[in-house]
Amino acid sequence: MPVLARWIEAAGTPTVVVTMMPSVAEERRAPRIVGVEFPFGHAFGMPHDRAMQRGVLELALRLLAGASAFGTRVDFDLEWPLPFREAYRAWQPKEPSPIVKKLLAAREG
Amino acid sequence: MQVDSYRFLPRSFRPLYEGRGAFPGESDPVWAPFAKRLADSRIALLTSAGIHLKAGQPAFDLDGERARPEWGDPTWRVIAASTEPDAIGVAHLHINEDDLLADPEIALPMRGLDQLVSEGVVGSAVGEHLAVMGYQDRGLDDWRRTTAPAILEHLRAQEADGLVLAPA
Repeated sequence: MPVLARWIEAAGTPTVVVTMMPSVAEERRAPRIVGVEFPFGHAFGMPHDRAMQRGVLELALRLLAGASAFGTRVDFDLEWPLPFREAYRAWQPKEPSPIVKKLLAAREG
Repeated sequence: MQVDSYRFLPRSFRPLYEGRGAFPGESDPVWAPFAKRLADSRIALLTSAGIHLKAGQPAFDLDGERARPEWGDPTWRVIAASTEPDAIGVAHLHINEDDLLADPEIALPMRGLDQLVSEGVVGSAVGEHLAVMGYQDRGLDDWRRTTAPAILEHLRAQEADGLVLAPA
């Protein structure tokens, strides 16, 4: 996704990436980055929590419009409100993805 | 606070992401200045959560990925800004889709953007936002060759002044 942002930016449209892995987006050289410490699949926050979702979106838009230099990163200042163990389990797919299954099979094989 | 980029990632996945640096040929800064005021700008959203319309659009090709685990469907979908949440489906084998189906705003905040438009914070939203499925081949070859140029054309046609991208 950071690379896609780079291609779009290079073609003239400003971009901001909202991501759970902002340090990876920095390594991949995304132009503008908002970091969120949220479970995967939840870039803008908790389901039905409009205030939380608005907070992330508005931060992203302010950074999109106002960042003055390449590589600007701002992290969203909120911890996930559910217990960690529960949230960690809840974001994961109901069964392992094909690549994970393949890697596990290779390890056992 | 400083976000821990690996808090929710299984520990064994971390080396797949950390310390790998830029993609080949993708280390130079790229920068398009945001020229207008936000209140005068048209904004587009892009999610990689595998969102699609249940009626009238094919889902992302999960059977293809099951057959070839290193491959992910590189195509893209247009999601009209007026789409109702219950018209949205999710096809992504690397995340649990329950919360996304319950409230697609967590990945594609179209209603939230409309709210900021109605308050005058943002000038306008595009009529058609964008969705991809984020699990892709390591080289991103299909995205580079076909998806990115098509998305660029779409953004131009929609007269987007800026794009908010959110990985799943």
